[in-house]
Amino acid sequence: MNPSRKRRIRLVVALTAALLAASALVYTSFSAGSDERTAGQLLDAAVAGKTYTLAGTVKDGSVRRGDGVLWFSVRDPHRPVAVRVRYTGIVPDPFREGRGVMVKVQRRGDLFMGEKDSMVTKCPSKFQVAPPRPGSGPASPT
Amino acid sequence: MATVGRALLIVAFAVALYGVGASLYGAFRGGHAWVDSGRRAVYALAGVLTLAFAIMEIAFLRSDFSFNVVATHSSTTTPTFYKATAAWSSQEGSLLLWVWLLSIWSSLALLITRRRVREVAPVATAVLMTFGAFFLMLTLFWANPFESLAQVPQEGTGLNPLLRHPAMMFHPPMLYSGYTLFSIPFAFAIGALVTRRLNAEWIVSTRRFALGAWLCLGIGIVLGARWSYTELGWGGYWAWDPVENASLLPWLTGTAFIHSIMIQERRGMLKVWNASLVLATGTLAILGTFLVRSGILDSIHAFGASTLGIPFLILIGAMVLGSVGLVTWRRADLRSEHQLDSLFSREAVFLLQNLILVALAFVVWWGTFFPLISEAVTGTRASVGPPWFDKYTVPLAFALVALSGIGPLIPWRRLTMASVRRGFVLPGAAALLTVLALLLVPGAWQEPKAAAFAGVVAFVLTSVGQELWRGMRARQASAREPAPVALAGVVRRNRRRYGGYVVHAGFAVLLLGVAVSSSFQHAKDVTLRPGQTARVDGFDIRYVRATARAEAEKISLGAVLDVSKDGKQVATLRTTRGFYPSQDISQGIVGRFFGGERESEVGLRAGFGRDIWTVIAPDLAPLTPIIERGNRTFRTAMVGIMSKPDGDQQQAVAQLYALRDAAVTAVARRWVTSPWPADFRFIVSPLATWIWIGAIITFLGGLLALWPAPATARRRVTAGYAARVARELARTTQ
Amino acid sequence: MELLIVFAVVLAVVAFVGMPLRGRARGLDPDAAARAELADLQAAKEAKYQEIRDAELDQRTGKLSRADHQLLDAELRTEAIALLKRIDALRARSDAAHTEAAEAESVTSPPAVG
Repeated sequence: MNPSRKRRIRLVVALTAALLAASALVYTSFSAGSDERTAGQLLDAAVAGKTYTLAGTVKDGSVRRGDGVLWFSVRDPHRPVAVRVRYTGIVPDPFREGRGVMVKVQRRGDLFMGEKDSMVTKCPSKFQVAPPRPGSGPASPT
Repeated sequence: MATVGRALLIVAFAVALYGVGASLYGAFRGGHAWVDSGRRAVYALAGVLTLAFAIMEIAFLRSDFSFNVVATHSSTTTPTFYKATAAWSSQEGSLLLWVWLLSIWSSLALLITRRRVREVAPVATAVLMTFGAFFLMLTLFWANPFESLAQVPQEGTGLNPLLRHPAMMFHPPMLYSGYTLFSIPFAFAIGALVTRRLNAEWIVSTRRFALGAWLCLGIGIVLGARWSYTELGWGGYWAWDPVENASLLPWLTGTAFIHSIMIQERRGMLKVWNASLVLATGTLAILGTFLVRSGILDSIHAFGASTLGIPFLILIGAMVLGSVGLVTWRRADLRSEHQLDSLFSREAVFLLQNLILVALAFVVWWGTFFPLISEAVTGTRASVGPPWFDKYTVPLAFALVALSGIGPLIPWRRLTMASVRRGFVLPGAAALLTVLALLLVPGAWQEPKAAAFAGVVAFVLTSVGQELWRGMRARQASAREPAPVALAGVVRRNRRRYGGYVVHAGFAVLLLGVAVSSSFQHAKDVTLRPGQTARVDGFDIRYVRATARAEAEKISLGAVLDVSKDGKQVATLRTTRGFYPSQDISQGIVGRFFGGERESEVGLRAGFGRDIWTVIAPDLAPLTPIIERGNRTFRTAMVGIMSKPDGDQQQAVAQLYALRDAAVTAVARRWVTSPWPADFRFIVSPLATWIWIGAIITFLGGLLALWPAPATARRRVTAGYAARVARELARTTQ
Repeated sequence: MELLIVFAVVLAVVAFVGMPLRGRARGLDPDAAARAELADLQAAKEAKYQEIRDAELDQRTGKLSRADHQLLDAELRTEAIALLKRIDALRARSDAAHTEAAEAESVTSPPAVG
């Protein structure tokens, strides 16, 4: 076979394979993706049994802990509504009230069940240290 | 000195703009003097930015809170090491670090190549200085590290406790070195395309910088993974987070580039491919820098939404359009000089490896940007998680590691059956034996993919070992040296080859650690009181006692745990959770010492066989009534002090704070004296340590490949071959 | 004091960056294209020599049989010779151009009075 024709065939085969693989990738991403929603969007339209990624800010005064379970509310950035989340698993160190959070949830009535270990919290740009005062700061190690 | 710093940035910006203009004018009209002046502008930029960076560093070390960036990212209580490195924990400081590193590496590149690539270098200088001017523009108009405060605070807000880890302090300089070093082959590629000097010289002049970039970026990525494993309280090292992926993208395409340029050097092939790869790598490096700062994708790492997104998008858009335009415009000059001799050759293996790396990069890119893509296509933002990434990256990584073992066994140009027999038998046998041996290990075949991967790794390690052995034997045959000397000699004279082999071996080991530690990991969340025991993967982990430590910077509540197996003590683990004070006075005089940021200190026993990892999450709820009582008591006392005459107040306040400190310590001590149940996560990961060992081997191999060959050997060998070729030439003309 | 520091830096930068421009004005280098082509050929030659060395190491480590190596080595040396010829031809053209230019200059300028 003409070498130039052979090369062209190889190129066509390779490009076809690449196109098929890319199509499979694109298709599975749309079917495997979990929708990102705000609290308001979840309250309006979330259906039970489907997993959503809830993104928002942890509502002040809403955090409760006990028996290995974390309860908190996530407020909507645009509307004065919030959803209650029950979560188990890793709680990232930066998690706290007033901070951005993303967690995978499924609806159960008015409650949203957090998927274990699915929480991500925004890394804060600073933390706060007590200003130095005379004798300030606990000193003795235990 | 903040004023001096600001002025130096303006001078630097002017120098960068001058460098662009002088280099381009000299290249196309003005001649050598202008080209030299443009190159000197790069050196001058490095000098000026070194001064500026030094001013910023000194401000951090001196805790000069008149600098806004110092006041918001450091404090007097921050340890000196972290003060020095806090500079780049901020947007402003990190941008200055980026452009400073760019100026240093650009100066080095132009110094080394000043007598070579004379037509290409001026255009490359202009490109590098354009990057410099861009980043300086950001620092001048959007994120100035020398912004000063009208009212200087007594104390700074301090460094994020999550960043107080050595790995996290070296991670940005290594990443940015990688990004800026990749700018150099990018710039020289642009220069080569513009000036149509598209043969071997520009590749030879910049390939070391590409390899150096690969090395630095890889080290930066591994440092980030190590930080995640030992600092963040989730026990993992890679989460396919957008910012992690952003640094991986240029590393993948850069890995493809440093392999495929070997084919262009030898055979004059893949010119379009290499030009596209290096331009894509440079663009992805800028994209990575952009992703962290733009806030367009939700990530734990993001600095947060900022106004830098638009300028970066414009630069990236210009780079993409310019790159595509240049390659299209010069496609006639990029025609290959030769064709692939055989599909069974090292060239073909390299090409296949390149395709896999680019496929990996596409998967990572698609998954990272999927939230934006899905929003554009469907109107709804959706994201894909680790299971989606793993579905595609695992088989591709499998194939990549297999090729890294096959490549060294195959000669250039063509493979024959005889060389297959000579090369593949031993590594093939090792792979088969490994797989069979694993049949005897209980539970190994519960994860068949991991077991099969172990076979592939055995193939790679055997093939590398075989190459080293045969090279040593070949040298012994000619030089009659003892084995260690012969081995050192053959490696020394063929650093690029054997450095590459070591990299392959290290990478295989690294991925073996990943495969086994993730496939056979045992994790358990338990709640324990002191004295209670949990069982994880055959290990008994007993909560021995609670610990508490109260320091000026933080309060640490933790635990000591004993790990034993079959009655024999294996390890003692210590884990703590640090509670940093908050400046929010509404939390109360006592309460704010427990209300700030939190940070976990992981308890880790690393071993060649397995890692045993733990974190504690103490619940502060039982302390709440005591803290609230303390808040009330001290608030009342403070009100009483404020009603005293001014002269008596200072002493009274000092005494009150001393009592407060004692009270906070006492509250923390309750964790020890009356401990309540604590939540623990225990993880047992087999072969996890081999991830880090594999990484070290990989980077040592990279360093070996990067090291210049001994000059005398180069001259002697060149003269010898030149003489032989010259003799042939004489014979052919007779 | 701060103003002095900045002024000193600016002066130093201007002096350093402007130094090449204060010498004799040199226009575009007429030899630039030839030098660049020569550099490309030298780089290609070095790469070819590296290929020859690699092929020899491949043969000594058993990846290539003696017969295969002989074939490949001959091929590579032929390619190396072609490169050397191109380098020599380029150098000869460049030397001829320089000689012409030098002769033209000696004809136009008056002889030195001794």
